This record gives sequence, C-alpha cells and structure tokens, in this order.
Amino acid sequence: MRRLISDTLVIAERNLVRLPRAPELLLAFTVQPIMFLLLFRYVFGGAISTPGLPYVQFLIPGIIVQNIAFGGFVTALGLNEDLHKGLIDRFRSLPMARAAVLAGRTFSDVVTNSLSVAILLVTGVIIGFSFNADVLHIVAGILLLLLFGYAFSWVFAFVGMIASTPESANSVAFIAIFPLTFISSAFVPVASMPSVLQAFARVNPFTITVNAMRSLWLGLPAGNYVWGAVAWAVGITVVFAPLAVSRYRRHVGG
Amino acid sequence: MHDDQPAITVRGLEKSFGEVKALAGVDLDVTRGTVLGLLGPNGAGKTTFVRVLTTLIQADAGTARVLGLEVVEDAAELRQQIGLAGQYAAVDENLTGLENLVMVGRLYGMSRRRARARGEALLADFDLLDAAKRPVKTYSGGMRRRLDLGAALVAKPPVLFLDEPTTGLDPRSRLAMWAVIESLVSEGTTVLLTTQYLDEADRLADTIAVVDHGLVIAQGTSDELKDRVGGERLEVTLEDGASFEDAVRALAPMAEDAPSCDGRLVTMNVRQRHGTIVEAVRRLSDAGVDVEDLALRRPTLDDVFLTLTGHAAEEPVAEEHADREAVA
Repeated sequence: MRRLISDTLVIAERNLVRLPRAPELLLAFTVQPIMFLLLFRYVFGGAISTPGLPYVQFLIPGIIVQNIAFGGFVTALGLNEDLHKGLIDRFRSLPMARAAVLAGRTFSDVVTNSLSVAILLVTGVIIGFSFNADVLHIVAGILLLLLFGYAFSWVFAFVGMIASTPESANSVAFIAIFPLTFISSAFVPVASMPSVLQAFARVNPFTITVNAMRSLWLGLPAGNYVWGAVAWAVGITVVFAPLAVSRYRRHVGG
Repeated sequence: MHDDQPAITVRGLEKSFGEVKALAGVDLDVTRGTVLGLLGPNGAGKTTFVRVLTTLIQADAGTARVLGLEVVEDAAELRQQIGLAGQYAAVDENLTGLENLVMVGRLYGMSRRRARARGEALLADFDLLDAAKRPVKTYSGGMRRRLDLGAALVAKPPVLFLDEPTTGLDPRSRLAMWAVIESLVSEGTTVLLTTQYLDEADRLADTIAVVDHGLVIAQGTSDELKDRVGGERLEVTLEDGASFEDAVRALAPMAEDAPSCDGRLVTMNVRQRHGTIVEAVRRLSDAGVDVEDLALRRPTLDDVFLTLTGHAAEEPVAEEHADREAVA
C-alpha cells in the first residue's frame, strides 16, 4: 500500500511537471473555460430566462460542473500517448505498483481540476457571481465538484486505454459527454425543453450535480440532489475504475 | 541458484495473436554474462519473445525463466532484476533527461536523492550531461536511444533486454550505441539483444539465434553459423561485354553448387580455399573471359540467413510487426 501511494505520487508529479511544457494543453484549462463563461454570460445569457435567479448566478454552478467533467481529458490523451510511445511498456517492466499509472493519472487531474475551478470561480465573481451560503457549504460544493471530476477522470482513463489514437480518444470522449452536459440544467432551465428531453434531463447526472451545486452555493432547496450527486460520482467511479484497470491489466496479461 | 545455470531458460514458448503465430515453440538458453543475439526479419517474433520475458505479456504455452524466476509466477520479483530498452525509445518527451531517469529510479523504489545521483552518473556515462536539463523532445534520435538505455540501467539489472537498439539510427549513432553496449557487456551483464541487422549481431553477440516465423531455426556462434553454410564463396566481377556463359562454363568444375549471376557478378561456393584464386584466374584466362575483380570471402550472416530460410534477412515480410499491432 505504501508502495502504491509513493508510486502514484511519482507518476502524478511527472504528469504535472510536464503540463506547463505542453502550452496547448494548459490553454485548455485556462483560456478556454473563461471564453465559454463569457460567451454564455454576455452572448447567450440575455436570451435565456431563469425565473427567480439572475443568469450569472444560474450559469456559474452549471458551467463549472461541465468544465470539471472534461478536466479528465488530459488523462485520456496522456494515457493514450504513453501507450503508443512505449512508456506504458516501460512502466510495466518496472517493479512498481500495478495500479499506480492510472491512479497517478487521475490524481494529477484532481490538481488540474482544482486549478480550473479556481480560475472559473474568480472569473465568475468578477462578472457578477456571488455565493449565498456559508463557508462550510462553499467548501462542500468544491469537494463535490472534485469528486465528480475524479469520477469522470476514470471514464477518460478507460477511453484512453481503448482508443486507437490520442485524437480518437479526444473525440470519443467529446461526442459521448458533450451532449450530456447540454441536455441538463447546466445552461437552461429544464422546464424550457421539449418533454422528451425533459425526461432525460431530469435523470441526467449532470442535472443532479448542477442542482446540488446550486443548493450548496446559492441556498436553493436541496432535495436529494447532494446525495444523488455523490451517489452518481461514486457509481461512475466504481464502474469505470475497474474497467480501466482491467483494460490496463489485459495489456499486461496479453 | 548456481552460477553455471543459464541466465535465461526458455522451453516450448508459444504465443498467438489471432491467426498469427508469433512464437511457435521457442527453446533457448542464454549463458550468464554473455550476449545472445536474436536475429530475424520483422514479424519473426523477436519483439513478442522479449515482451514475454520482460513480463509484459503472457505466453500461451511453454515456460520461461530468467535468473531462475518464472516470468508469470515470479513476475514482481523478476522486474527487480531486468532492464528493458525498446525499439521505440520509451522516454517522456516533455521531461528532461534527468527527470526521466529520476522518475524511473524512484519507481524502482529509490529515494529522490539516490535516484538523482544515479541519474546523473548515467547521463555522464552516456555523454548526455550537457543535455541533462533539456526536455527530451529537443534530443536527437541517438540521444533518445542512449537515454532509453540509461533508463533500463538505472537499477543496474543483471539481465538486460535490448529490442532492436539501433533500428532507425544513423550510422554514427549506431556505432556509438554499439560502443555503449560493448562496455556494458564487459562489466558482466547478461544481454538478450534482438536485431534485424546481421552486422550488429556479428559484432555484439557471443551467440546468435536465428529466428523465423516464431521458431529458432539455428543457433551458434557467428563462425559456427557461417560454417553451416559451407566453405568459401568466390565472387567474380566480369568486364563489360564478357560472356557469362563462358565464365560459368570455365568455373563450373570448381563450384560446389550452380554458380549464380547478378549483373556482372558471378558467385559460387567453392570446395577449398587453397589455390582457388590462381585456378580461377587460369581457367577464366584460358576461356578468354575478361575479369575486372575477383575475390574469395567467408560467408556473411546474410548468406547464412538466405541458406537457412530461403529468403533474405532484411527483406520486408508480409506480417511486419504483426506481434506489436495485435497487442496494441
């Protein structure tokens, strides 16, 4: 166990050290989310009516959840690249903990996800967002975000292990997750959608998690959203972590 | 285990990827402190063999032991004892040379300080100290290979696997790589080296195992293999306009087999070395054939491969890299 932790940290450190040296990747964490935020706040926002809430209040929890779900794409890209460049072979020939490569990947995502949450929150506050909650609830919201992002890192880890190229890893993940984030309460009230989409949006984990964030940060009625969101995050992790690890082992086992 | 036991013992190793039989029952021993060259064309099963021995994939049948450790059951223990340098230089392009080696050292369980000291020593050994703090993506192909080899040596493993260590390198980097490998061997490391280059096997390997279609089809020292092909080869280059037919007819009584012709070159195996050139010159001169050049040479490993397999070693084979693609 001690070995697993220290190896995981070595891999995570490696992932983080190399990040600033791949500037295009760093842009994806910083400039891109800010661009989306401004786009929705100032371009689309005026046309979307959110009864009882200014759009900026409605938007920030939603866009942060969407953004954190995509944080794990670095894992998909990175793992796939490591597979094709032979680095995974090198790791597998070393006497290191077997799970450390994947655990280190998803762990370094937590660090980069924290960074992008901070960037979005600061930008959000600058353009008019304000919390309506005590510190405890704000922190609980951030933890929930990181948990949700961690779950999706495992989805991306699985995608990275099965995709044939880094490019296809990227597009598979994007095509699968992008619509999910829009057919949810993240950007528009669910009630404004056609009824078929409404039915889908109500059970969509993105809706549940966004609603949980709004209840934690804005003091909206919580219902079962927070526990529902935690359950989804844990559920996704429990399904995709073993899938990704078994895929990794299959490569080992041949 | 005893020192006189082989470092690597392989019996009946089989591995298939779908329809492709990458290993079809390989038997092999590697003596401690020697270099075994696994020589064969692309798709012969060399990489698959190395991947089984380095615990990356499991064979379908057969046994393989390295330093007495079974590659599947004792995999975790075995990984402490081996180093692997692949044909694709497995280093992180966005890390510096030193960061790469420190990472590998720490994954071997070394402290940060020890990993750093070891990494610096290796960079110095491999003439990479000046580039230690530069990202690997700025390195040349030869530098990457040396760094990759360095990464395989971080834990000073007693057994080293080199999968086509010089494939794709320019001649100068190749010579430098050979020098590095030779110095390792002089320190007593057991090396299993795969290559599709005959001159590489000839230069580096104590013993050569020729593989084709997943089988070891011949094994021995370079000289032993050459002896199997038979005696000396006589090569005659004719002047422009000289008659092939006359040359072949004149030389036929000396030849062991039917002489072959390629352009202006006539080649044949001859029974003995002694007096051969004088006799050939006399016969050609009597027949009125003008000769530009005439030479007697030992068979090369190329000849060995051609004789053993019926095809040249470096000719591309249809299932090129089938073993690797099937895994990926």
